Amino acid sequence: MSERTKAEVTLAVNGRSYRVRVEPRRTLADTLRDDCGLTGTHLGCEHGVCGACTILADGQPVRSCLMFAVQCEGMDLRTVEDLADGDRLHPIQEAFWENHGLQCGFCTPGFLMLAAGYLEQNPDPDDDELRAVLSSNLCRCTGYQNILKSVRQAAEVMRG
Amino acid sequence: MAAGYYTPALMKPAPFDYHQARSVAEAVAHLGEYGYEAKILAGGQSLVPAMNFRLARPAVLVDINPLDELDYLEEDGDTLRIGAMVRHVTFERPVTEGPTGRILTMAAQHVGHLPIRIRGTFGGSLAHADPAAEWCVIALLLDAELSTRSPSGSRDIPVAGFFQTVFTTALEPDELLVEARLPKLSPRTRIGFQQFSRRAGDFALTMAAVALESDDGRVGNARIALGGVSDRPLRASEAEQALEGQPATGESFRAAAEVAAREIDAIGDIHGSADYRRDLVRALTRRALEQATAA
Repeated sequence: MSERTKAEVTLAVNGRSYRVRVEPRRTLADTLRDDCGLTGTHLGCEHGVCGACTILADGQPVRSCLMFAVQCEGMDLRTVEDLADGDRLHPIQEAFWENHGLQCGFCTPGFLMLAAGYLEQNPDPDDDELRAVLSSNLCRCTGYQNILKSVRQAAEVMRG
Repeated sequence: MAAGYYTPALMKPAPFDYHQARSVAEAVAHLGEYGYEAKILAGGQSLVPAMNFRLARPAVLVDINPLDELDYLEEDGDTLRIGAMVRHVTFERPVTEGPTGRILTMAAQHVGHLPIRIRGTFGGSLAHADPAAEWCVIALLLDAELSTRSPSGSRDIPVAGFFQTVFTTALEPDELLVEARLPKLSPRTRIGFQQFSRRAGDFALTMAAVALESDDGRVGNARIALGGVSDRPLRASEAEQALEGQPATGESFRAAAEVAAREIDAIGDIHGSADYRRDLVRALTRRALEQATAA
């Protein structure tokens, strides 16, 4: 693949601007990890099933393995690196920690961003709604109950 | 699936040229130039997985995400007009009053998962023509009419002739699907939607969508659409006829479901045999009819 087929793309990620040169086929997930150095976003299945690569695009949770970086100019992108405020964890991160919402941690960035995107628009979900949303992503360790508990607690804390 | 699909190095798309369309005219001009080499990129929730697996290797992608002109819902008398780029998530709440809005909402809840619904589009789903896609079944149930644009003009296609076989539609390589028009169901129409999948959010093994009127206790204007059972979504027309004028009772519904199970040409695959799918048609058709007429 010759250099001239690459495109210059400016991505706004976590409030910072990244200028990258990528082939059109470069997924957003790979671009975030390899070109922006933001390796908090994890790649599991790379075909939209597992949700490990979930990030926020214009505030909404999306699979970053199913988008190309060249599509994302002008979007407000947020990854898991944006959640904590310095040393202070985000309430969702706190809640996952306190409720054992993670074990190996591989799926965790995806769940955190899924929950963040959902709770910002739906601050007071019931358990049925939470179950439906959390079924979007796969976790092979926890059995999901502690993830549900974590997000339920985070919602309470975020409502204040 | 070949074992190689699980080799991480292969989970990347083949190279392609990328064009971001700034208008429908520009998008169809690209289609006119590249024909079969090009694919439209709408929500990308089916196309991009296929590209990551290299099951699809388009040489050119024409991205229509910037086209706000295709992102609209309009009520035009008794017709709901849906622009091709309306995202699935839009239908989670009724977009129109009455049974039409309600059945769209019922179906939307079964389309993938939230992040998929946020990106995926109504038009993309129809053009992709997965036989188990909810919107394809709903379009068939509602006798939708589809509009296309191409470099040589525009065309209207009745949905009855649109779905040809798996992932194959009446669209020509230079045609872009721009709008679906759904004739709205009468306010007194009752609706049901049932599907079975092994895991939440998976494509359904089988789904049944029904619409009927039963004002005087007898069935009128019965419609039954089925998905996931064959190489394309189907109407169970013999079962529809069998229901017409019958009392709206469990007995009639059981009989009609039996007819539906017999008349369809079910496919068998690794997920379920043809007989199993026929059993699902029988069960889901009956449940959808009962759901429609329950209180």
